Amino acid sequence: MTHDTKTDNLLISPEQSIQVYRAMQRGMSRRNALKMLGAAGLFAASATSLPGISKAWAADTAGQNAPKRGGRIRVAAHSSSTMESLDPSKGATAIDYVRAYTFYNGLTQFDEGLVAQPCLAEAFESTDNGGHWIFTLRRGVTFHNGKALTPQDVIYSIMRHKDPAIGSKVMSMVEQIESVKALDEQRVEFTLSSPNIELPSILAVSHLVIVPDGTTDFSKGIGTGPFKCDEFTPGVRSVAVRNENYWREGRPYLDAIELVGISDESARVNALFSGDVQMINNVSGSAADRVSKTAGRAVKATNSGNYTDLVIRVDQQPGSRPEFVEAMKYLFNREQILKVALRGYGEIANDQPIAPGTPYYFDGLPQRPYDPERAASLLKKAGVAGARVPLVVSPAANYSEEMGQLLQQSAAQAGLTLNLNRVPGDGYWSNHWMKHPLGFGNINPRPTANILLSQFFASNAPWNESGWKNDKFDQLLVASRSEPDQSKRKQMYADMQTMIHEQSGIGIPVFLSDIDGYDTRVGGMDRTVPLGSFMAYMFPEYVWWNA
Amino acid sequence: MRNAIPVLVLGRLSSSLVTLFLVSLVIFAITSMLPGDTAQLILGQFATPDQVAALRTELGLDQPALLRYWHWLSGFMTGNLGMSASNGVSVTQLMSDRLPNSLLLAAITTAISVPLALIMGITAAMRRGGAVDRVLNLVTLSMVAVPEFLVATLAVLLFAVKLDWLPALSYVSTVESFGDFMKIYAMPVLTLCCVLIAQMARMTRAALIDQLDSAYVEMARLKGVPPMRRVLRHALPNAVGPIANAVALSLSYLLGGVIIVETIFNYPGIASLMVDAVSNRDLALVQACAMLFCSAYLVLVMMADLCAILSNPRLRNR
Repeated sequence: MTHDTKTDNLLISPEQSIQVYRAMQRGMSRRNALKMLGAAGLFAASATSLPGISKAWAADTAGQNAPKRGGRIRVAAHSSSTMESLDPSKGATAIDYVRAYTFYNGLTQFDEGLVAQPCLAEAFESTDNGGHWIFTLRRGVTFHNGKALTPQDVIYSIMRHKDPAIGSKVMSMVEQIESVKALDEQRVEFTLSSPNIELPSILAVSHLVIVPDGTTDFSKGIGTGPFKCDEFTPGVRSVAVRNENYWREGRPYLDAIELVGISDESARVNALFSGDVQMINNVSGSAADRVSKTAGRAVKATNSGNYTDLVIRVDQQPGSRPEFVEAMKYLFNREQILKVALRGYGEIANDQPIAPGTPYYFDGLPQRPYDPERAASLLKKAGVAGARVPLVVSPAANYSEEMGQLLQQSAAQAGLTLNLNRVPGDGYWSNHWMKHPLGFGNINPRPTANILLSQFFASNAPWNESGWKNDKFDQLLVASRSEPDQSKRKQMYADMQTMIHEQSGIGIPVFLSDIDGYDTRVGGMDRTVPLGSFMAYMFPEYVWWNA
Repeated sequence: MRNAIPVLVLGRLSSSLVTLFLVSLVIFAITSMLPGDTAQLILGQFATPDQVAALRTELGLDQPALLRYWHWLSGFMTGNLGMSASNGVSVTQLMSDRLPNSLLLAAITTAISVPLALIMGITAAMRRGGAVDRVLNLVTLSMVAVPEFLVATLAVLLFAVKLDWLPALSYVSTVESFGDFMKIYAMPVLTLCCVLIAQMARMTRAALIDQLDSAYVEMARLKGVPPMRRVLRHALPNAVGPIANAVALSLSYLLGGVIIVETIFNYPGIASLMVDAVSNRDLALVQACAMLFCSAYLVLVMMADLCAILSNPRLRNR
């Protein structure tokens, strides 16, 4: 099974995905936009068979602005700390991920439909439905120090994550990689402990970019990426200058990018207004309105599948009563949460963790409505009517305080008293998350549906937030990793999402949008990769400066 | 006794060492009691227990607290501040990147705020009860009352966003000419001066009025000494002690207390380094910053006391 052509592996092709995003930008909800896709199957089909169409459209929406070479921009990310490092394995926040894609490349990279495409590997294939994979490296790629890319670099870059002393954030993702070995000067073979059809997507994450063999000092940021590191001071800034020898013809467009962290939101937005920076991330809903009303500034909202979820421990009272869990899910006034807490910058969710617009999203589930009466009768059935239950919220789980308040009001209507217990964000993940009968979590986007489900819903997953255990789910999850048939695999994911929607102790009211603000002189901003802000952190080689 | 001053300085320095030692113990104890440790914070929300345990061993966090303190203390004694646990860079390196910025900001602010505050305080004292005094009183009181984050944010909105005269962020690295330098430091210095001038001016006024009310100034007035000379030659030298102390207290704030200004203007100073260190539970860095702030404070207070002694012939010649 080869993956080096664009269309053989897609449920929703990148082109179709673009149509959906365009339609949404015109004010359509994603649900309607997807319906439009279904109805206009002919249109979608023609778009796939004529790949030029959507590209022409993209060029048209960007006006006469063809990519332009030259210029320097300054970009501010929302967090900055002396913990920053150019070691990709340590990546913790947006600023680290952006630096990883600025100075390095992965073997693969995500496209706008969140499908892995060739990058440093010019082709990849699995010989036995995901157990063994062969990646063919691109020829003539050199690192910033002039060294040529070899299989040894790949082996080192991947295998170092398995060493616990490195402290890699993705150690759990690479555990399945049993070995990586060089077949010849150009090809490397990955052997997995159990088949995984989605290995190429895993290798596209920013932590698994390729560094030169044997690197232990990462302060110089030596990679194969579009920019070279000119200066890097943790917690202060980095300056990236164009890599003249970049292997991708014509890229990057910019001469230099200065990346800084501004943790205070109003300072960040003011810096965008005053022209000190040209792009920022993590804009709040209220500031986003202000930015979009200002001439010369614009916002870009990306639904990346990030969600803040209600965690109901099903192994503790009262979550051990299934009716209670179901009642809580009916108590979400999702429209209100979207409007009040998120100011409209998000998307209604349906207690299923996979976001619409990604390859395995199952759209066949009926939307769970806000229904306090039904919840009241379920609570009565569960024998907890009139009970007082503590609910833990924290600024660490984005918007959980607002969601908790709204939930408290809806619960009161169903005769349930929720006592909000606010805890500080500092230390929340190690001391509170998953440790209370009723609390909130916040889950960042994962590169593939399988990773998301494996990390947060498998019975033995370390972050099985609600303690939900289901054998059938686990079997499906494992089987889906090696199922070569696309439609069968999609059905498996649909079944798993239905189980989560109906039985697990996780309530997902809305998906949160990542909002970026930018100077409209930054060109190329209509590219969207639904995995995070800053074009899923990959903007450096895609944007240009019109000035 | 000719050698009173060296004795005093030596005595102060040795008691400072004891203070520093106690402070380091307290900081260590408090940091150890905070929930979470460096390993958990490096690995973040999605760490598995195995990973955390492995990283703890790697960072030496599995050793008993007393042993870790001893390691730090013995290193500190020999001038080795240790490595930052969160990013593996030496603490000396991190501090030397930030300290010059903080010192520069403090120096400019001092150079502007101290003379201004003294002039305002002395003028107010001389014109006590008059229109000038009342206006100065109103100004300084409102400056004390308005929090600095408000001053800073309003300044950014006005000068950077609305008028576009000054940059919203203060990047030291972009300084190329004296004009740039002025532009970059204008708003942070303005904000800090607002807070400091008000405090120092009010203390100066109070200390001076105290002296002006005393019998010897009355006597000078009866002898016909002109007002200016009366204040500057007779009263002021006697008020130097309290004024110097007020100035020292205000200035000690300029090193560690300017976190709000550093945050709003994104100025890479030492205060934000310490805040980062605390939130990363980076003990070596927290300790180093605490030691620095504490010593700066002790040195400033000692200098204020020396000023008081040197300016007072009775104390000086005792």
